[in-house]
Amino acid sequence: MTLLAVQGLGKAFGGVHANQDVSLAVRAGTVHSIIGPNGAGKTSLINMLSGVYRPDAGSIRLDGAELAGLPTHRFAAAGIGRTFQNLQVFFNMTALENVMTGRHLREPGSLLASLLRLPSLVRAEAACRDAAQRLLRAVGLAAWEDAAADAMPYGALKRLEIARALAAEPKLLLLDEPAAGLNATEAHDIDALIKRLAAEGTTVVLVEHNMKLVMGVSDRVTVLDRGRVLADGTPDEVSRDPQVIEAYLGAADDTAGAAHARG
Amino acid sequence: MDVAANVSEAPRAALPSWWARPRSGGLLLLAAVVALLPLVLANNYFYEVAILVALNATVCVGLNLLIGYAGQISLGHAGFFALGGYGSAILATHYGLPPWLSLPLACAGTALLALLIGRPTLRLKGHTLAMATLGLGVIIAIVITTEDRLTGGPDGMSVPPLVLFGWTVAGERTWYWISGAVLLATVWLAFNLIESPRGRALRALHGSEVAAQTLGIDSGRAKLQVFVLSALVAALAGALMAHYTGFITPAKASFLHSVELVIMVVFGGMASVFGAVVGAAVLTMLPQLLTVLKDYEMMVFGAVLIATMVFFPQGVVPTLARWWARRSA
Amino acid sequence: MGSAWLQFIASGLTAGAIYALVALGFSIIFNASGAINFAQGEFVMIGGMSAVTLLALGLPLLVALPLAVLASVGVALIIEKLAIEPARHAGTVTLIIITIGVALFLRGLAQLLWGKGVHRLPSFSGEQPIEWLGATLLPQSLWVMGGAALAVVALSTFYGRTLLGKAMRATSCNRIAAQLVGINTRGVLFASFGLAAGLGALGGVLIAPIAFTSYDAGIMLGLKGFAAAMLGGLGSFAGAVLGGVALGLLEGLGAGFVSSAYKDAIAFVVILLVLFLMPQGLLGGRGSERV
Repeated sequence: MTLLAVQGLGKAFGGVHANQDVSLAVRAGTVHSIIGPNGAGKTSLINMLSGVYRPDAGSIRLDGAELAGLPTHRFAAAGIGRTFQNLQVFFNMTALENVMTGRHLREPGSLLASLLRLPSLVRAEAACRDAAQRLLRAVGLAAWEDAAADAMPYGALKRLEIARALAAEPKLLLLDEPAAGLNATEAHDIDALIKRLAAEGTTVVLVEHNMKLVMGVSDRVTVLDRGRVLADGTPDEVSRDPQVIEAYLGAADDTAGAAHARG
Repeated sequence: MDVAANVSEAPRAALPSWWARPRSGGLLLLAAVVALLPLVLANNYFYEVAILVALNATVCVGLNLLIGYAGQISLGHAGFFALGGYGSAILATHYGLPPWLSLPLACAGTALLALLIGRPTLRLKGHTLAMATLGLGVIIAIVITTEDRLTGGPDGMSVPPLVLFGWTVAGERTWYWISGAVLLATVWLAFNLIESPRGRALRALHGSEVAAQTLGIDSGRAKLQVFVLSALVAALAGALMAHYTGFITPAKASFLHSVELVIMVVFGGMASVFGAVVGAAVLTMLPQLLTVLKDYEMMVFGAVLIATMVFFPQGVVPTLARWWARRSA
Repeated sequence: MGSAWLQFIASGLTAGAIYALVALGFSIIFNASGAINFAQGEFVMIGGMSAVTLLALGLPLLVALPLAVLASVGVALIIEKLAIEPARHAGTVTLIIITIGVALFLRGLAQLLWGKGVHRLPSFSGEQPIEWLGATLLPQSLWVMGGAALAVVALSTFYGRTLLGKAMRATSCNRIAAQLVGINTRGVLFASFGLAAGLGALGGVLIAPIAFTSYDAGIMLGLKGFAAAMLGGLGSFAGAVLGGVALGLLEGLGAGFVSSAYKDAIAFVVILLVLFLMPQGLLGGRGSERV
């Protein structure tokens, strides 16, 4: 069953066409990866899918509902969560507070109740705290709960963003290079985390350069090149596609080694 | 299944005990200060300064929510302050409304203006936002100065005393308790807001507006709410100040006054409610101390500002808090 | 009717020329540091007031005017070394507040030196008004517009032809890249303050014969110059000039045809409209946030 249907998406910045006629379909409960060389338009696509950029053309349907053109927070309300390639952690808060903020859609609280600190709010806050603590545990950050975000190491922050995005209980999770800048062990942890998320039924769209991660975890792969879709299929199909090999992967055998070395 | 194999021992901040948390402990301390201060206030002049400090601090706490927590800027907040005062004065003097009605109406009217002008204004960021709020404040000041039939023009107008259900609020001591209570209430409300989901949403905006939006936070609406709230608080303080002093002049709406308010907030420490209080206290009392220096007042004030920002760029309270934390570590 | 238009346009262009000079100062310092220099108006004031004093000391006009501009530049350079440079790595909010402190300090100093009274310079070439197409022009107005135009041309040549000028342009585009090619960005900041003060002070001495000058003359001029810079697009050289002229014209025409009591408000209403409709200003570039 298709959760996300993208048709003919396009975005240009001045004369630069970041994306042109991009279409893809993401089935519920699967991991769908988007790969491509730098400048292929991957992050621009993610930005459009999360409502950060407004597409110049095309449609984005989540569960049949058209989202293109809506303000960013409505994408979130529709059930799309994301992490960022360049960390957008709330460095002015602790790790726990970051994740609690992620619960915004689930426990907003009225202005009056907030100002007067009504008992209903206090109860909701306690529930919010519990949920956030559970999420931190799930990504392995239980020890960092009260740490200031700006004191945390890079690898932990990557996982923090994931926990924060999950806090909203999204239908679709967009991960923009979650393993970027991580060493092999940390990347393996992210891999395991993504697999677990998929097993639990969260639909994941993954943008990554780490080929080992992508090929190991994806149900489907879309390859972008210079803003357009180059190929779309299972990891096996895509890794054997001659156009893809030429544009991006290099020789099929040293895929994992070379790509991982390139990072 | 724990994926934390390679996480080294994380620094765990000890959860402070109840009395040390800023909200409860600090609030209690402030309440104690307000309650016990009269013991050291020798005469009416000191009471007057204390009232001034309390009212300025009230405005600053509200402004601090906007600047320090939500990460916005307003260089025109004195406009809201003055509208509260002038609004109440005009409604009472020219339209014969009793002050217990004119005051809330003036505050509501100011909040409404903030609501109307806030939407387009808060779409701007950084310098453009600063300029827009600056322009707003200056326009308010000019309108007040020019419409002299209503406002008395550049010389200002007198404000009738506050009469609440037959009781005339007068005298330094009475006003001291009123302004002190208003300050405590504002601080309490501010803390409640900050430690609620709404407050986290505001801080998230400051941290990363994009990320906040992807979590479902309607940044435009959140900014507008805190803008209107801070305008309302400023108007309330302005109206109280007007009724207390019995007089109001357009200088209360001036760009200089707006700048003073911002500096109080930044000086005290931006993301700190008590910073705003301390900043207001110090920078309200400083000119009083400097009147001794008469002609050198402006120069010294300027020099103090420069020195503070060069040596305490984070603001006084956070810098001191950090020294304290490092000492006791 | 036509002569009224001409009259308002003339007075508008005169004021606009000054706003352009002040706006240029704002843009130059913004380009070098990313901060708004709220003391810019004070540099203008120092220029005018110093000229008054130097003339009173008996110096001829031709000597007093350049010296007055130099005095303002000198003050700006001292301020840059003492107050700005130590904090150059601080955030822009901190820098802005420091410049506010500088403005207060300079205003207080001016009040101390020159009192609260209002002063006036004699017109450079006499008071005889010039009749032109039914409008009355002050000869000083021509000095203002001519002086400002010359300054703009000189500045343009400076940026285009001299090494320091190019260094300043490079720094405003990308400070780190400029440092990597060996440009002394601290020196650029230093020079920027001097240049901004010089332009402001020039405006100050040019306008002093028409508008009276006093210790607090800098406030409104500074605010309007800032508004003009934003109108044209902060950081844009051509924008500052365009913004200044546009603001002056709008103000002059508005004061003439709409309401002279609200003359000062016109500038700010225009600014608000521009910001709501075109926040990057008339000539500013449209930026997009990279996420």
